[in-house]
Amino acid sequence: MDAHVAQLQMQYRNYILSLYQQGFLDDQFTELKSLQDDGSPDFVAEVLSLFFDDCVKLVGNMARALDQIGTVDFCQVGANVHQLKGSSSSVGAKRVKGLCINFKELCEAKNYEGCVRCLQQVDIEYKTLKAKLQDMFNLEKQIVQAGGIVPQVDIN
Amino acid sequence: MVCEMETDQQMEEMDVEVLSSMWPEDVGGTEPDNQFNVEKPAGDSDTLKEVDIAEKRTMADLKRLPDLLNTTDQGSTQLTNLVKQWEYMQDHAVRLLREELKILTKQREEAEAKELKIIEEHNFETEEPENVRVLDESSDLFRRFKEKKRDKLVGRKRIEIDEEFDTVAYWKQKALTFEKMLEASTERERRLIEKLNESLKTMESHSAPVEELTQNLKRAEGFLHFILQNAPIVMGHQDKDLRYLFIYNKFPTLREHVRDKDILGKTDVEIFHGGGVKESEDFKREVLEKGKASKREITFETDLFGSKTFLIYVEPVYNKAREKIGINYMGMEVTDQVRKREKMAKLREDNAVRKAMESELTKTIHITEETMRAKQMLATMSHEIRSPLSGVVGMAEILSTTKLDKEQRQLLNVMISSGDLVLQLINDILDLSKVESGVMKLEATKFRPREVVKHVLQTAAASLKKELTLEGNIADEVPILVVGDVLRIRQILTNLISNAIKFTHQGKVGIKLKVIPEPSFASDNTHKADAEEQNGLAETSVWICCDVYDTGIGIPENALPCLFKKYMQASADHARKYGGTGLGLAICKQLVELMGGQLTVTSQVNLGSTFTFILPYKVAASNDHSDDQDEFSDMVDHQPEPDDSTEGYFQFKPLLGSIYSNGGPVMGNNFLPHKAMLPSPVKLINGNTGQSESVQVENGGYMDDTRLETGSGHCPESAHQYENGNGRCPSKESESCSSSQASSEMESEFTVSSPREDVQTETEVKETSKQPKILLVEDNKINIMVAKSMMKQLGYTFDIANNGVEAITAINSSSYDLVLMDVCMPVLDGLKATRLIRSYEESGNWDAAVEAGVDIKVLENKQMSVRSTNRLPIIAMTANTLSESSEECYANGMDSFISKPVTLQKLKQCLQQYLH
Repeated sequence: MDAHVAQLQMQYRNYILSLYQQGFLDDQFTELKSLQDDGSPDFVAEVLSLFFDDCVKLVGNMARALDQIGTVDFCQVGANVHQLKGSSSSVGAKRVKGLCINFKELCEAKNYEGCVRCLQQVDIEYKTLKAKLQDMFNLEKQIVQAGGIVPQVDIN
Repeated sequence: MVCEMETDQQMEEMDVEVLSSMWPEDVGGTEPDNQFNVEKPAGDSDTLKEVDIAEKRTMADLKRLPDLLNTTDQGSTQLTNLVKQWEYMQDHAVRLLREELKILTKQREEAEAKELKIIEEHNFETEEPENVRVLDESSDLFRRFKEKKRDKLVGRKRIEIDEEFDTVAYWKQKALTFEKMLEASTERERRLIEKLNESLKTMESHSAPVEELTQNLKRAEGFLHFILQNAPIVMGHQDKDLRYLFIYNKFPTLREHVRDKDILGKTDVEIFHGGGVKESEDFKREVLEKGKASKREITFETDLFGSKTFLIYVEPVYNKAREKIGINYMGMEVTDQVRKREKMAKLREDNAVRKAMESELTKTIHITEETMRAKQMLATMSHEIRSPLSGVVGMAEILSTTKLDKEQRQLLNVMISSGDLVLQLINDILDLSKVESGVMKLEATKFRPREVVKHVLQTAAASLKKELTLEGNIADEVPILVVGDVLRIRQILTNLISNAIKFTHQGKVGIKLKVIPEPSFASDNTHKADAEEQNGLAETSVWICCDVYDTGIGIPENALPCLFKKYMQASADHARKYGGTGLGLAICKQLVELMGGQLTVTSQVNLGSTFTFILPYKVAASNDHSDDQDEFSDMVDHQPEPDDSTEGYFQFKPLLGSIYSNGGPVMGNNFLPHKAMLPSPVKLINGNTGQSESVQVENGGYMDDTRLETGSGHCPESAHQYENGNGRCPSKESESCSSSQASSEMESEFTVSSPREDVQTETEVKETSKQPKILLVEDNKINIMVAKSMMKQLGYTFDIANNGVEAITAINSSSYDLVLMDVCMPVLDGLKATRLIRSYEESGNWDAAVEAGVDIKVLENKQMSVRSTNRLPIIAMTANTLSESSEECYANGMDSFISKPVTLQKLKQCLQQYLH
């Protein structure tokens, strides 16, 4: 049992580290984790689900805006990108944030092709992240179910 | 007779139509000033004897002319033409004579007829005059007439015989009548002969061609002259030695200055002097040698003509043996045309030059753009580097608070100081690139120069690790309140002071401020206008000279020129010894110049250096007391001691024997952290400095802790701002200020506590001080959620506004101690909202906001009015992109900023700083 927990914990730790190493997450995610305490045990999950809801909404918005070929409202797209950038920055979704920075520039340059490409990448990226984090939460759940504690992962 | 015969023959032989002369007959005669002239003919050229001598425009060597005419092809042709012409003239004359002859013949016929009639009438035989026979051979009429007469004569003889025996009287009478008739006839005959003789004479005189030729020539010349009289032309013939044989010159100057004989037989070079003469001579010679006619433009610059350009045509002249004997040349003055043409050429050239310049400029612009882009990239990169680096330094600083052995601590200190150095460098680069790329904007705020000087010295004194006296000296005439970019001025001062301290090992470092008259460079300095614009033109301006002097190592003279260059230090040796990036002075200089001033340095090796910068400021009305309070509210609020705003002298003496260890708490100096751009919460120290000079300045123990918060700071001096670790020291001095013990404790806890102690700290805060009211203005739900969680951890609660308008509404209806404001928001962004809030604070009403379209229910309650006199701290939350620069935040009235993403640490520092 203990061995199982330890194994899960090790797996969890490695997984988290890989997420950082692969650039999915950054310090801000650590920050987020550190904000989670007994008073708000599901804080990270809540924020992230809010974030992914936001992603769906914003990506949808942008896709619609970029669909209006010829009359693309880059301002609107820009505003959405800005939102997404702020959100991703706050949760430490590093890759999404990076994409958003590029996206915003392309948007300001009214580069339609670039925007579409970027939107696709953002779409892929946040979905990937969502899956990864889902895995992470699953691992956490398993650890808890196995009677262990979710370890603090020191990414440094 | 003979002549007549010849004429007849000619008439028959030459059945040529008689041509009239090509020249109008009256041309030569009517010309008022005959410009053609030929020199008086010399003996052998008698062909031209009768030519008029008129005004001298032409000069010709007539001795040579006939030769020429005879020897050259042109001459022959000309003569042939003349002869032909003469022949035509002769024909003309012959025709006239013939006509006359006809008339005469007719008359004679009539006379003969009459005679015949008389003879027939009288049947009388008379002697026929012999002379009638003259015309026998030429006229049939005469022949016939003769025969007739002969017949009649026969008849007459017969009649004579028949009437031989008439009366004598009758015959006498008859004879008398005949005699009379004969006489009349003889008389007619005589007259005819006379007339004929006359005709003969005329013929003789006409027979010589010379006169005709002369006249023709005269006409020709007359016509030529008519055409040429106003033409700007010079013509001439020169022999093969280029000596003039003939010249026609329209230009009067030559004639005035040179007499004919001085020209003929001479060459150009002998006649004229000046530019172009030699050239034309050479050209003529060239033509002569090559034997090919050609044209050339030559500009003469002679005393005679002045500056004139001639288009010269030169052709070689050959004799019949095809030998060159000279040249004909013709020059036309084209000065004006040449001038025009040159003007055109010049214009075209100018055009080309301008085009070239344009393209050059475009290139430059392109390069500049590239440079700008590169600089922006540098700025971005610096920012990117700074973020993780601040993490590293921050972590190291946290580490330094943990339990470490001596060696570990040493290593850690090196790590931290190196990290700080890199941070500083990056900050400098950021600053520099901002100034250079023009992103940096100046701000105009009211400030007190004395305060600034004092604060800078305080800050410097706080981090002082040497036994130096720091002093400030401000002349009385320096205004109490001036307008300028206080942030930048502080930056310059801090830079210069820290530089001075760095290179000074003993003695003192100080700042001296005095008012000076407007310097000369300012009057034509374009920057000044900018600076004035920035500072507002309404107020009077004053130039303040600021000396930052030290008694340090000095700067050798040869190092002075490169002192202000980027990345340059006086010597590589110094760089090794003292460290530093070499950017500080470059930044100072750029900032000073940006503000329309000048930064200079004087120095003596081993005696010290003085950096002097002069800047224009606007003098602000100092009676605006509420504003005063606004700016320095904390200080004024908490300081019962006399206002030191007029204090002109500060000194910070070293505390001898103090412990400069990094570890232990020491007797605290009480400088609280302050940011240059903030209303400075320096309440603790103000009282002390104001009343005594015995303030002890030294390095607090925990500077490293506080460095944590400099990570996100844009201001280079920020690294020094929080070095005063008074925290752990429960010095009673801190109580001299009016701040509560609790807040003091809170500060101490923040400064030194490790994160784990936070909770406890907050609990304390909660217990001891009233919960501050915070407004978070943020549109992003996730950000709000994160911030909320952080605030909860820190033990604060806050209200939320989703945009600028909501923020204003919230501020209007409730009072807050702090506003955290997102910059980029829908509806009304943070910058605008802040501006409107500031405007409200100044004016006490929301007019500006209403004007900007914010719908506000104006609730002018008392509390609000009171609030409006105090400046509400507004902290920007920026994504730290170029579009959301810290400068812009400050310019719009924000007090500080937190870069996004907001971390617990940043938030904590910020709250700690602004909530007491």
